[in-house]
Amino acid sequence: MFSIVRLIVSDIVKNKIVIVYTLLLAILSWSAFMLEDNQNKGILTLLNIILLTIPLVSILFTAIYIYNSNEFIELLVSQPLRRNKIWISLFWGISGSLLFAFLLSTGIPLILFADLKLGLIMLGVGCMITLICVAIAFVSTTFTRDKAKGIGIVIVLWLYFALLFDSLILFILFEFADYPIEKPMLFMVALNPLDIGRILILLHLDVSAMMGYTGAIFREVLGSITGILIAFILLILWTVVPFWISLIKFNHKDL
Amino acid sequence: MYPISLIAILLLNVFGLCQVQANTIWIIQKGISLKKTIAQIKDGDTIIVKKGFYQEGNIVINKSIVLLGEDYPILDGENKHEIFTITAPHVIIKGFKLQNCGNSSLNDLAAIKVLNTHHVQIIDNQLKNNFFGIYLSYVQNSLIKNNKVVSNATTELHSGNGIHCWKSDSLQIIGNTIEGHRDGIYFEFVTHSIIWRNTASKNVRYGLHFMFSNDDAYITNHFKNNGAGVAVMFTKNVKMFNNFFEENWGDAAYGLLLKEISDSYLLGNFFRKNTSGIYMEGTNRIKVKRNVFRNNGWAMQIQASCMENIIQENNFLGNSFDVSTNGSVVLNTFLKNYWDKYEGYDLNKDAIGDVPYRPLSLFSIMVEKNNSSMLLYRSFMVTLLDKSEKILPSITPDNFIDNQPLMKPLPL
Repeated sequence: MFSIVRLIVSDIVKNKIVIVYTLLLAILSWSAFMLEDNQNKGILTLLNIILLTIPLVSILFTAIYIYNSNEFIELLVSQPLRRNKIWISLFWGISGSLLFAFLLSTGIPLILFADLKLGLIMLGVGCMITLICVAIAFVSTTFTRDKAKGIGIVIVLWLYFALLFDSLILFILFEFADYPIEKPMLFMVALNPLDIGRILILLHLDVSAMMGYTGAIFREVLGSITGILIAFILLILWTVVPFWISLIKFNHKDL
Repeated sequence: MYPISLIAILLLNVFGLCQVQANTIWIIQKGISLKKTIAQIKDGDTIIVKKGFYQEGNIVINKSIVLLGEDYPILDGENKHEIFTITAPHVIIKGFKLQNCGNSSLNDLAAIKVLNTHHVQIIDNQLKNNFFGIYLSYVQNSLIKNNKVVSNATTELHSGNGIHCWKSDSLQIIGNTIEGHRDGIYFEFVTHSIIWRNTASKNVRYGLHFMFSNDDAYITNHFKNNGAGVAVMFTKNVKMFNNFFEENWGDAAYGLLLKEISDSYLLGNFFRKNTSGIYMEGTNRIKVKRNVFRNNGWAMQIQASCMENIIQENNFLGNSFDVSTNGSVVLNTFLKNYWDKYEGYDLNKDAIGDVPYRPLSLFSIMVEKNNSSMLLYRSFMVTLLDKSEKILPSITPDNFIDNQPLMKPLPL
């Protein structure tokens, strides 16, 4: 299994796109902190990177990579290897290199410039979001053989998580403004991993504002150590469940 | 209670030769009753209380005397008595440790209560675990200085105020530290007074509670982590200079709550990490100048009932929201402030941005209308909405504007 992971990682490195991705992220994150005199603004830039750029790159790159390595996967399947192992190694190969890229480029400035606790939370959320997007790409690619269709699905999913879902939440919030919907809203938010990540970071970034109004409720639920744990468990579920579905699909798929 | 044995040192009264009324110094130590000594002495005398532990119930001071504690003698109220009750003018109380005064829901028992008098000085005392700390009612020209007032209140109902002033005039409250009471400093119907260099922290309700008190000033005080910050209400002509308002967090917590205030000044204050830096309601003709708002949830919440306020030359740094309001009427002026969210340019290099700044974001209005929208804060979709609203204001009032935003923060 390890040798397959190594094969995939070396293939990705040869591919150079991930290296460019690392460099780009590094330039973005370092400049975010160096150009602004206000450390807070740098963190906001990084927040947007974590919530927009990283999901987009992870989900697209994974989908394209899987479609492109179709022949390689067929070759592996013809070997005396269990399909489970192939699929899991593929997952770790891709997500490992993306995680490494993220930690190397964004992690260092984040640890250097941001408040330690906030920095660690942001790193944790960034890593989880990378894993989740890779898993979602895995599940989408198992659903269709058509490359264009698969990549289309992946882009729509990204749009949905990054933009549409929040509009939907906003709509519900204002439609049901007269009802006590704070707690149901929390469950609703659990349906979007990007939102879970965003709120986790917010609770540390905008403490003062989140303490007011209903912010207090979110803080009670998500601000405590157990809350952070629950949020991370949710994020892990968001990784495991899609990947597990894709694994079942892949195991029974007629290549 | 104790055997009477007085040690009196006569100073000037030598064989009655002196015609002037002579002042005597009395020394109290263990075994001598302070209460009985006070009953015997006359106006102008001084009592020195040596270090020790005294339990004498309620001590009424109805003569103009000086009470000095040596090495902080402890006067204990046994959780049922008021300790000092001062009814005479020209009394000085200095250097005592007063603890465990009674707790009552009928009477406002205090460690030191001053009633209907003037020219009283309460200096350098340590008050611990009392219901009310220092209580002034109908008092004029008095000084409360360098006292340390600490209690352990947990609920508003079962606690009293640290320094409580009622219907008084010309007071000086200087350099006191107040912790763990209901309100740190309470002012009601107090005029021509000054509150200077005090620290009020961890009080259950307000650090400073200020009502119907005209022509007062509070300067260089530090209010930190109080239940609801500082409230200044129903007052005119207050000067608020160089104060620190910090870490007042919660649903209804404000760094500074201004309600029905008019003709006042708010200069050089520092607001940091409050849920709401300043909350203004029915506030008219006040000048908010040269203040710093840093890392607050809302720097200023200006309700539509506020009129003719001038907000000028302030620094707004790292706040989640700079300003919010609840209506579309804007009758206040913003001028020459520094906003760290300003994105304009300065072509003629006069340090003033060429494009006006609109401090009110669409999202802050959405949150004002529907608190739960806070859930979507910093979401990309919301940022997009905000940006388009900034370019073409349709929901936010278009005259909510700073026409001369500064390019660089003021050196404050």
